Amino acid sequence: MTDLPRTPPRYSATFTPAVNAEIRRAAATGIYDIRGGGTKRHLPHFDDLLFLGASISRYPLEGYREKCATDVWLGTRHAKKPIHLEIPVTIAGMSFGALSGPAKEALGRGATMAGTSTTTGDGGMTEEERGHSKTLVYQYLPSRYGMNPDDLRRADAIEIVVGQGAKPGGGGMLLGQKISDRVATMRNLPKGIDQRSACRHPDWTGPDDLEIKIMELREITDWEKPIYVKVGGARPYYDTALAVKAGADVVVVDGMQGGTAATQDVFIEHVGMPILACIPQAVKALQDLGMHRKVQLIVSGGIRSGADVAKALALGADAVAIGTAALIALGDNDPRWEEEYQKLGTTADAYDDWHEGRDPAGITTQDPDLYSRFDPILGGRRLKNYLKVMTLEAQTIARACGKNHLHNLEPEDLCALTIEAAAMAGVPIAGTSWIPGRTGF
Amino acid sequence: MQTFDLEAQGLRALNAALHALKGQTNMTAWEVVNPRGAHAIAAGVDALVDVTVRGSTGYYCAGMNKLATIRVKGSAGPGVAENMMSGTVIIDGDASQYAGATGRGGLLVIKGNASSRCGISMKGIDIVVHGSIGHMSAFMAQSGNLVVLGDAGDALGDSLYEARIFVRGRVKSLGADCIEKEMRDEHYAALEDLLRRGEADAKARPEEFRRYGSARKLYTFNIDNASSY
Ligand SMILES: Cc1cc2nc3c(=O)[nH]c(=O)nc-3n(C[C@H](O)[C@H](O)[C@H](O)COP(=O)(O)O)c2cc1C
Repeated sequence: MTDLPRTPPRYSATFTPAVNAEIRRAAATGIYDIRGGGTKRHLPHFDDLLFLGASISRYPLEGYREKCATDVWLGTRHAKKPIHLEIPVTIAGMSFGALSGPAKEALGRGATMAGTSTTTGDGGMTEEERGHSKTLVYQYLPSRYGMNPDDLRRADAIEIVVGQGAKPGGGGMLLGQKISDRVATMRNLPKGIDQRSACRHPDWTGPDDLEIKIMELREITDWEKPIYVKVGGARPYYDTALAVKAGADVVVVDGMQGGTAATQDVFIEHVGMPILACIPQAVKALQDLGMHRKVQLIVSGGIRSGADVAKALALGADAVAIGTAALIALGDNDPRWEEEYQKLGTTADAYDDWHEGRDPAGITTQDPDLYSRFDPILGGRRLKNYLKVMTLEAQTIARACGKNHLHNLEPEDLCALTIEAAAMAGVPIAGTSWIPGRTGF
Repeated sequence: MQTFDLEAQGLRALNAALHALKGQTNMTAWEVVNPRGAHAIAAGVDALVDVTVRGSTGYYCAGMNKLATIRVKGSAGPGVAENMMSGTVIIDGDASQYAGATGRGGLLVIKGNASSRCGISMKGIDIVVHGSIGHMSAFMAQSGNLVVLGDAGDALGDSLYEARIFVRGRVKSLGADCIEKEMRDEHYAALEDLLRRGEADAKARPEEFRRYGSARKLYTFNIDNASSY
């Protein structure tokens, strides 16, 4: 036999090894894949936008001498006690249950040192979190686990959760491994069961009811607290408009990259819109109603750096929220635990089985042996450092664009690298004046 | 007895005055006239106070109530006594949807009928309905007792956790994972007490009720039950 050239093995772009592995897994188990984290596929994102910076037509601010303010007021529309944050990066709602008590404490410590707020989650308010958070947002979710008027009153703001970017239209789940005695008691459920949270609120449906619900919460708290409405990024124009009509002080829009503690992979990867597509729609709804900057907009979903913060603000958001990035800052997915990640059949930076409660970093777990590995004081310090860096980065960009407040960043400071990002963000493709769908064709 | 004219003085003034009673130790009596279906009447009260509303109320009357006794001399709109923590709420007429939703304690008595989703997601509240209840009642109910002297609509107790349901009349259909369970001595005793506290002991006897509860088959995710989730 002569050595004839042979066709090398060729993988299908449709049936990739990963796709085939999932088909085999489904065939073997008969159950869909559940995991934590956000979308893993490539999506148009902030990386596809660039800042133009100042030149002759606009002049920059001096890096260390000229002030670039970063503060933000939230809840100025109706609340007697609006919130004032030093930086526009907030910590998103992550439930006690999904996260350990010490992890919640660390979030509170870090956020407070950095001058920002943290948020409860599906599972109620813990002392760790209330005690260590100067500004705490209390989530009002369909499950209403642990809901009570005392916690409502000791919160600094209330966030009505209609949906999440990871799963717009879906409810929560917390699997039995994480339902410890404490979690079970707080949620009033039997220990160790796989627990499903409802996807709709039990006592209101639709925007007209929501208006009455917001009014009730204001009455209960004597009109003191800012009331946020959080939606998953699905129909941001209409959702924002309806939330404003219902009386919200703040609208939170969470894009599909947004993390979750546990959801079906198919939901995470196939439902919702990237945050890049959501922000301009939400801003337009606020502008059409004459409410931009009067009702504040917080956006989240895949925010990682000061550049992402600056881009979100330039598109018209008032602040951002971070979930996944905060967990990584605390120490989640750190290569120092590689040996243990390997034992779990995964690797650092890819670990997403947060629902199983076996997190080597001790963050997404209720197992005392694991969570006692995590030092909330150190974790808090790391989070503070990270938040400071994000803020400095955003200021660096804003000064370069000649802005003395992060809120003065504007879409005109941006250009896009791809047609998709240009169309979604509503900014021109670099080197052109073309905004697909808006100018020309 | 303090009389408060809701139409003249407004909701905010009423709730602010009721909230200001927090911490008082002697029971006081209040009467609210001209409620005219307003929403959030006496929401968030946290005091030993007896409030009588003369007329019908809108959404979320007595929402998140703590300690107070609130009587509605009329009918109540959606979400009456939602997330109640303690105390007693008594509706002379009918109640709309989601009565007692997510309630964590206390007693809700409805002398007429309750609409759909009565006791949805209840977490410890006791609800006694003298009439009948609508569909999807006690959906995902976690704990507490729902007592119904009349009939229950479709899908009673769907995806139920540990709440107990007692129905005297007909149950149109049971929801996923809800089954009839044996009435044992402890249940007769509990029911007797609930009927007495719910001002229904003259109308019904514990022996006339059937008990429904969770089959607990959906407690651990199992693919063979996928069609029930
Ligand atoms: C571990 C974890 C738990 C979460 N729990 C909740 C929750 O209880 N309620 C909620 O509204 N969102 C929850 N989220 C979503 C976050 O609030 C936020 O929308 C999301 O994390 C933002 O996207 P990012 O992770 O890319 O920053 C959770 C996210 C994570 C990662």
